[in-house]
Amino acid sequence: MTGIGVSSGIAIGRAFWLRPRTARVSGIVLADAATVEAEKGKYRAAVSSSMAELEVMMTKRRSDEASILEVQVELLQDPAWEEEVLRRIGEELMPARDAVLLTMEQFAGMFENMDDDYLRARAADVKDMGWRLFQRLAGFPAGRQLPDGEGWIVLAEDLSPSDTMGLDGSRVAGFVTQAGGKTSHAAIVARIRSLPAVAGVGKALASIVDGDDLVMDGEAGTVLVNPSATLVAQYRRKQEKHWQRQEQLRSLKDREAVTREGTRVHLQANIATAEDMEQALDFGAEGVGLLRTELLFINRDSLPTEEEQFLFYKNVLLRSAGRPVTIRTLDIGGDKPLPYLGLPREENPFLGYRAIRICLDRTDLFLTQIRAILRASVFGSARMMFPMISSVEELRAAKAVVAEARSGLAAEGVAFSTGIPVGVMIEIPSAALTADLLAKEADFFSIGTNDLCQYTLAVDRMNEKIASLYDPFHPAVLRLIRMVIEEGGRAGIPVGMCGEMAGDVRATELLVGMGLREFSMVAPSIPAIKEIIIRL
Amino acid sequence: MITKEYLILAPEGMHARPATAMVKLAKQFQTVVQLKKGEKKIKLNSLLNILSLGIKGGEAVVLEFEGADEAAAAGAFDTFFANNLKDW
Repeated sequence: MTGIGVSSGIAIGRAFWLRPRTARVSGIVLADAATVEAEKGKYRAAVSSSMAELEVMMTKRRSDEASILEVQVELLQDPAWEEEVLRRIGEELMPARDAVLLTMEQFAGMFENMDDDYLRARAADVKDMGWRLFQRLAGFPAGRQLPDGEGWIVLAEDLSPSDTMGLDGSRVAGFVTQAGGKTSHAAIVARIRSLPAVAGVGKALASIVDGDDLVMDGEAGTVLVNPSATLVAQYRRKQEKHWQRQEQLRSLKDREAVTREGTRVHLQANIATAEDMEQALDFGAEGVGLLRTELLFINRDSLPTEEEQFLFYKNVLLRSAGRPVTIRTLDIGGDKPLPYLGLPREENPFLGYRAIRICLDRTDLFLTQIRAILRASVFGSARMMFPMISSVEELRAAKAVVAEARSGLAAEGVAFSTGIPVGVMIEIPSAALTADLLAKEADFFSIGTNDLCQYTLAVDRMNEKIASLYDPFHPAVLRLIRMVIEEGGRAGIPVGMCGEMAGDVRATELLVGMGLREFSMVAPSIPAIKEIIIRL
Repeated sequence: MITKEYLILAPEGMHARPATAMVKLAKQFQTVVQLKKGEKKIKLNSLLNILSLGIKGGEAVVLEFEGADEAAAAGAFDTFFANNLKDW
């Protein structure tokens, strides 16, 4: 059976079901005002003892796990919750245990009906609090324990924070849940502990019984029940590989990428959100060679304001902790239409009205983006890069808008960084062929191999029928790349690469040999490329 | 009364952890802090109420401060939104 892989890794172990708790409303009606007060008192006592219990749990946890419990502490004191429980006791004359049970169902139900994955998963927080209180009020034994032994793969409909943290971590091999997704607690705790987890398996999971032999792959999302010895052996090798890989990642993370001859190469990440920055640092990125800004513009119905963009860039720069961040200005066209821009559908969107061509036409939106970048650049080490430049004239026109933004900000007395490097993405053959001219007016180059390859070879990289013709190792593409690196070197400006080729292990040695010193790629590719470089 | 607008930058929207931090911060002042999203308005003392608004990344929220120490409270929320972005 298959679900969503939410925490990578392979686990081989035995199934243990963590059954959902069930309880019935007692139906008792409180006789008089005195019993109402007594039940309210019992409820308050249950709240304080639950808080005390959580405080103790928090002191024993790592800070990231403790902050999940902090949400529980806050929920226990929530006025909306408390009001509803006390109302049920006082007005509907229910005992505290019934009031808690029904209030829990009410709030959990509200979250379960929401259309957002994250908020749906919050039902587990409410249930966790509800059961914590119910156990105290009804006098049920707390907690559910694993059987003896190790290697338990915990199965559940869904897991609450106390479920996941209450289990003896050293004896759990993985988690599989019927519900949930990437933001559920099982997923978060599993990632913190580097345990594999699969969520969203659905009803099929019910066919597994306690003690079944299981193999799970937290990346692919597969769960195998009572697998053959051959399969187990196969997954054991996969598991070994995964562990070695993790080990390798850790050991390479802080190591510099220097060849045996002493050539220093900088490895950076391509990112699109502030969250990606964290993953990039985990993989040892020395900065960001490409920050895509398109996410700011899509899935909405009006242009993002300067303030909105400023906060996004600032947020990324703050998280980069001083490492260089190359911000690419808007790179969008007829293939990703923005309804509010009124871009027409085009026959050839990749040869059409897109990227810098739109920006130089709609200088209002370009100016807004540049002002936001300049303002945010005081919070870190930003570089600005224009996509789809095909001639020196375009670069000059774009730089004129930068100059306009600078003088505007200066006149308004707004803080911005004056020395931010302004560079060009080389992804059109005409730019590569005039690299010598562009180098005189650009502060850096970044080679975008995906478009450079498709434009040089006249091959649509989305068309599967001609996929074999899309070859970044074609001599024409390689000659252009070498030309750009050489011209950059002659002019004394840095040359990087942010296309897929930068993360292609087959190209690394060649590119370093050509003189490339900055490689930017998806973060998970960094360790493999680094490994090649330190052996060169 | 002081009214301020803030933009939620976390792509996933208003999570339980930042919402918890907001409730805690509001408690430090006598001022009544209310949060408005569109037509809905809630008191900023209930995590459940904040989450029930389903605030998504990129959406704007309006905070209203009313009380003796409203200026101090508004200042504290300015700092909160400026400095806690990292945790969002």
